[in-house]
Amino acid sequence: MAAILEMRGITKTFPGVRALSDVSFSVEAGEIHALVGENGAGKSTLMKVLSGVYPHGSYEGEIVFEGEERRFSGINDSEAVGIIIIHQELALVPLLSIAENVFLGNERARGGIIDWGATYAGTKALLETVGLSESPDTLVEDLGVGKQQLVEIAKALSKRVKLLILDEPTASLNERDSDALLELLLRFKAQGITSILISHKLNEIAKVADSITVLRDGTAVETLDCRGGPVSEDRIIKGMVGREMADRYPPRESRIGDLLLEVEGWSADHPLHTDRRVVKGITLNVRRGEIVGIAGLMGAGRTEFAMSLFGRSWGRNVTGKVRLAGREIDVSTVGRAVENGLAYVTEDRKTYGLVLERDIATNVTLAHLSGVAKGGIIDDMRELAVATDYRSRLRIRSAGVHQDTVTLSGGNQQKVVLAKWLFADPQVLILDEPTRGIDVGAKYEIYALMNRLAEEGRGLLVISSEMPELLGMCDRIYVMNEGSLVAEFPVAEASQEKIMNAIVRAGRR
Amino acid sequence: MDTGLVKEDAGTRRMPALSAVRTHFGDYGMLLALLVIMAFFQIMTDGTLLRPLNVTNLVLQNSYIVIMALGMLLVIVSGHIDLSVGSVVGFVGGLAAVLIVQYGWHFVPTIAVCLVVGGIIGAIQGYWVAYLRVPSFIVTLAGMLVFKGLQLALLGGRSVGPFPIEFQRISSGFIADPIGNPGFNLPAIFFGIAAVVAIGWFGLRHRANQNRHGVAPAPFGLFAFKSGLLALLVLGFCYLLATYRGLPNVFLLMITLVAVYAFITNRTTIGRRIYALGGNEKAAKLSGVRTEFLTFLTFANMGVLAALAGLIVAARLNTATPRAGLGFELDVIAACFIGGASASGGFGKVTGAVIGALIMGVMNNGMSILGIGIDYQQVIKGLVLLAAVSVDVYYRRK
Ligand SMILES: Nc1ncnc2c1ncn2[C@@H]1O[C@H](COP(=O)(O)OP(=O)(O)OP(=O)(O)O)[C@@H](O)[C@H]1O
Ligand SMILES: [Mg+2]
Repeated sequence: MAAILEMRGITKTFPGVRALSDVSFSVEAGEIHALVGENGAGKSTLMKVLSGVYPHGSYEGEIVFEGEERRFSGINDSEAVGIIIIHQELALVPLLSIAENVFLGNERARGGIIDWGATYAGTKALLETVGLSESPDTLVEDLGVGKQQLVEIAKALSKRVKLLILDEPTASLNERDSDALLELLLRFKAQGITSILISHKLNEIAKVADSITVLRDGTAVETLDCRGGPVSEDRIIKGMVGREMADRYPPRESRIGDLLLEVEGWSADHPLHTDRRVVKGITLNVRRGEIVGIAGLMGAGRTEFAMSLFGRSWGRNVTGKVRLAGREIDVSTVGRAVENGLAYVTEDRKTYGLVLERDIATNVTLAHLSGVAKGGIIDDMRELAVATDYRSRLRIRSAGVHQDTVTLSGGNQQKVVLAKWLFADPQVLILDEPTRGIDVGAKYEIYALMNRLAEEGRGLLVISSEMPELLGMCDRIYVMNEGSLVAEFPVAEASQEKIMNAIVRAGRR
Repeated sequence: MDTGLVKEDAGTRRMPALSAVRTHFGDYGMLLALLVIMAFFQIMTDGTLLRPLNVTNLVLQNSYIVIMALGMLLVIVSGHIDLSVGSVVGFVGGLAAVLIVQYGWHFVPTIAVCLVVGGIIGAIQGYWVAYLRVPSFIVTLAGMLVFKGLQLALLGGRSVGPFPIEFQRISSGFIADPIGNPGFNLPAIFFGIAAVVAIGWFGLRHRANQNRHGVAPAPFGLFAFKSGLLALLVLGFCYLLATYRGLPNVFLLMITLVAVYAFITNRTTIGRRIYALGGNEKAAKLSGVRTEFLTFLTFANMGVLAALAGLIVAARLNTATPRAGLGFELDVIAACFIGGASASGGFGKVTGAVIGALIMGVMNNGMSILGIGIDYQQVIKGLVLLAAVSVDVYYRRK
């Protein structure tokens, strides 16, 4: 088959950072081509060059699509020739309906007047294609991330798509939704649509990719062909990190101590529909040095539980008791929760985690400014030292601690959020999807960090949709479904099947 | 990962001289714009602009705009706006006049009461914005109408005055020369010298601090040039004041406030939290920042500063008029935006807002000297505002 796309000698620099240097990348017509690499390797940047987000002239090198050299000056130009990108960050308007979002900028209209009939009919057809059974006039705001992702794809399909680029589409999806999405990609392939898939979930890549290009530090190190035979995950990892990685999870000896965190009868209602109870009487505990997981499907209420616990940041009519080391503590505001030794690392770093337009240093110290201040006056140099320390400890890849966090790659942003909470020195850390969008190498580092925190006698409560992660890291796993805890397993007795069974059984009840 | 570090070093080394100037010169762009505008009017008015008398007038005419810009900057940084400040100026001025002239109060308790009233006004609006979550544009638009109306009601539609001389001194008094030699005021000169010493000392201390912590400071030549330029400006300015009547009282008040607010925004935790709140309210809140309380505080603070400005304006005009304060909010808000504050919150500096206010002031003054009518003055000011913000937006996108 012929190459549909060839990118030659692409170099892209930002002030102080060379994100891509002389990358050549070619994709054959009709294949699913995976793009992998560590956080900050330049995957998103390469795709932004391709789709005209970074216009011609802002990079070096050339792009040949369908045999012609292309010079896109904006995303409209690339869409006109059939290159559609779905960004790492979803770009939907929350207060518009599905139908309005699908045809946004591409409205079914005559003379500027929207033809609602055609809009709804078109949306219905597209939703069917992507397998989403929602009414076209549902507000996007009311959908979970997984469904929003499908709306993005429907939106892409509403245009004439030849090359579909998906930047970490499954990062925030659970396994079932991810599988559905991958099935969809395979179906598109059968229809002759070429796809480029960026993902840190290597098992997915092994499942669907026809070839894999590995980026490392802004250069393309190799392209693996999977059609001859499957490529093992270890082989991919070796390409990404440049060495063999023996284990996915660092070894740990758990030394579990006394009861640390006890939550009793924790409940919360939906903030808008107060008649809907979302968190229903959760009772759980975490011991010193223990890593406890909460498994469950998207929408089980795990994030809602964690956020309502952390200073009532979510929900109404929040009730329940919290004890730390046997003493009842006040967690009614974030400030008090932090003072009393709690920290919550959000799953949604852009909305809740970072002040994006500010630099790494500012973000790292934000939750614990008193740690770099005396009498309310900030010591710049102390702040700098703290930020520099965390930057090197977590290996945050940036041009220094004064780089704005908005310009960091997704994985490095996550590390900044983690650094912020580590600096606050909490007793109990609630980690909500701590490795979302993080590469294997960095995941390992974060796991190692979690182990270290547990060894120091802290308690960790981990919410994750990746069951292997929970099974690999935790001492004990709770299973949550529709706002209630439905099962609890010591890790030795837990397995993916048991957890899924618990969820299904609870759902039937 | 190691290669990432190497790359970074290479990147820093590659940084060309021009961009070094740009990163280290940042705020000075605004100052240069002010100097260019001053030079322009100095030439156009045949030297009238920088006559000692006129420089003194410039200070007297603009001090209250600068003072309000300090509060407005915090409001804007936190992501809001306050349209009511002009009306509050008028209302508080009227209140002072009624208390002093009609009720015969002493001016000290009057000032205290007026500042408290301003604080309460700001606090009420702040409560509505922060806790009841009504958009600040609407709350303060309502406040603008309410306090304009109350101003008229209080004054009964008439001007009330005059004030006793002690009260007038707030605005029209000067720091007296102890020796009393006319035509050359020593305190003004001493002030200038002290300011220059402070600039030099703080600058050097900052560099020493950076060196000690292994941060590369700006090239020394650039530092010397910047500090020298600033020192020259300060000395020249103080010299001009000295050859007229010296330092106006209100100038000292203004400089003190500017220093305090610059310090708050740059160095304190509360300042940092206000920027974080404006940058991403949700993230700030989830980091333990008391976002509602801080929003409330910025409005209460704005109320106090607007009341102070109201007193200064009344003292300067020596009467409270029904028209006092009209349209001030526009000058104050424009000053912040010309000074680089972002309309969506999170960005803006005290120095920028002050320079923005001075740019507006110099233009007002210069155009008046040139005899340009109030009509075209507005047109020109509007265009300058648009141009300044456009340049800012353009560079920020780069
Ligand atoms: N606008 C920008 N300004 C400065 N540096 C940037 C900018 N955008 C990206 N970078 C830098 O370019 C490098 C590559 O970033 P990119 O987002 O392409 O990484 P990625 O491979 O997609 O990583 P991830 O898996 O974490 O999403 C990073 O070091 C990042 O900090
Ligand atoms: Mg990316």
